[in-house]
Amino acid sequence: MLENAIKDLLYKIADDQLILGHRNSEWTGFGPMLEEDIAFSSMAQDKLGHSLAFYTLLHQMGEGDPDTVAFMRNADQFHNSQLVELPIGEYDFSLIRHFLYDNAEILRFESLSQSTNEEIAKIATKLKGEVRYHVLHANTLVKQLGSATQESISRLQQSLEYALPFALGIFEPSKHEQELIDAGIYSGEAALQNQWLERISAVLEKTHLKLPEIANLQPVYGGRYGQHTEHLQPLLDEMAEVFKIDPTAEW
Amino acid sequence: MYGGGNVFEATKFDDLEQEDPVKLAEFEARIARGEKIEPSDWMPQLYRKQLIRMIEQHAHSEIIGALPEGTWITRAPGFRRKLAQMAKVQDEVGHAQLLYSAAETLGKTREQMLTDLINGKSKYSNVFNYPAFTWADSNIISWLIDAGAIVNQMANAKGSYGPYCRALDRICAEEAFHLKYGHDAVVHMATGSPIQRKMIQEALNRWWPPIMTFFGPSDKMSMHTETLMRWKVKMASNDACRQQFLDMYVPKIWELGLTVPDPKLRKNEEGVWEYTEPDWDEFKRVINGDGPCNAERLAVRRTAEERGAWVRRALLAPKATYVRPLA
Ligand SMILES: [Fe+2]
Ligand SMILES: [Fe+2]
Ligand SMILES: [Fe+2]
Repeated sequence: MLENAIKDLLYKIADDQLILGHRNSEWTGFGPMLEEDIAFSSMAQDKLGHSLAFYTLLHQMGEGDPDTVAFMRNADQFHNSQLVELPIGEYDFSLIRHFLYDNAEILRFESLSQSTNEEIAKIATKLKGEVRYHVLHANTLVKQLGSATQESISRLQQSLEYALPFALGIFEPSKHEQELIDAGIYSGEAALQNQWLERISAVLEKTHLKLPEIANLQPVYGGRYGQHTEHLQPLLDEMAEVFKIDPTAEW
Repeated sequence: MYGGGNVFEATKFDDLEQEDPVKLAEFEARIARGEKIEPSDWMPQLYRKQLIRMIEQHAHSEIIGALPEGTWITRAPGFRRKLAQMAKVQDEVGHAQLLYSAAETLGKTREQMLTDLINGKSKYSNVFNYPAFTWADSNIISWLIDAGAIVNQMANAKGSYGPYCRALDRICAEEAFHLKYGHDAVVHMATGSPIQRKMIQEALNRWWPPIMTFFGPSDKMSMHTETLMRWKVKMASNDACRQQFLDMYVPKIWELGLTVPDPKLRKNEEGVWEYTEPDWDEFKRVINGDGPCNAERLAVRRTAEERGAWVRRALLAPKATYVRPLA
């Protein structure tokens, strides 16, 4: 059933964006510089807006309304990659995650903008401009901090090594992979991952950072099938704390 | 948002006697004509000092003010509120950025200002030393504290220092959105389910006393205050601001069926608002560090500064460390 395959794809995109947007918003008031508070907040708002666009499309396809879907599900009903649910940690981790994630996201949106599904193509085309800014922000800072001081280089290197296996989880294949590729919905996870590796390598080459040998890494899979770290449920509980006081109320 | 313009600590006033009387007269004439003073223009030391203090306090109020509402970003109910809460608090951080830049034109760096904030040397708006217990508290802040800030900032935007006025013009435009957002959120609560109505009334009860102190105690009409008013550093008396605020917002609060927790509050025959005198002893105690959240607010700021120090060091590092690729 192509429709189920498409829904699965849309859920993973929307859930990624919602959870990462939520995480990025946690930097408001805590950034290393006011400029970064503001940048992370802008990206958080964009990501939230993107998730809303995809939840809205899902709603048109018969799924629940966006607020209910976002605020009322439990962790095992979420299809986001585990990368995005990890706590913000120190700024180096948040920056590296943002770098790894957005470089993947831009490729996904580019691929989706060519989709045979017109609705999806329309949304992806509209939103990819914003993702391009996110990529620009990440790449600029990774280049700067990845070549600045010993301290900044070693922090970024450590975070890179920690985050990479999780980042590979972005590309965890779904059980509908071939069906989506055959129908021309998007190019599929394996193709995206290859392009992504080229992109991030090209940036990292301009720094003092070293990309670990990907073949030696064990990707952290499971997120796309509802398996999550212990960090997701508390995030969702927090997100829904007020909403659940009265889910039928207008807030 | 802001409300700390009242905290004009006495500066050594004899400073003025050291100033060149001709230049001083010219300076005062320019201000009287409604001209703006720009960074490279001559200005008395006292003017510079008071402005730095005022703009710095305002900037601090914006970033510290981002904290009580910031804690509700991750808990805002539903997409619409979550997006708006994020944008609103982000704006406040943006205001801080604008204001630090304006203060920097007077010769104090952002780094120095932030250090003084963390060390408790500079002040910020006292209301942010109170907690936002619930989502409803955050709504009351967005509406009524921002409303107070607008009264204050609109007045200050007509002041004499160019960079501060220009920053305030931009800030006021954004504040207008905050006010709309805050009002809309409060309306939804006040006209919502019984739980929502209870939440918003309780939040108003908690926030009313700090709101009444927002503009500071009645000004003592000293020579100092007079000079600052003549120089268009201080633009309106604290009481005038408070009256204007009450006049604009008490009717709107009543309209929503909410009760203002002050039995003495009423507009008298002369059109002047009467109210229970706020507890100025508490105000003094809190502003001097002994409020429910002072320590927490500064600790958060200190942690942010410390945890982010490596980033700032790295971005300031000379490109020379860029010797050759390690690999
Ligand atoms: Fe505001
Ligand atoms: Fe503000
Ligand atoms: Fe904004």
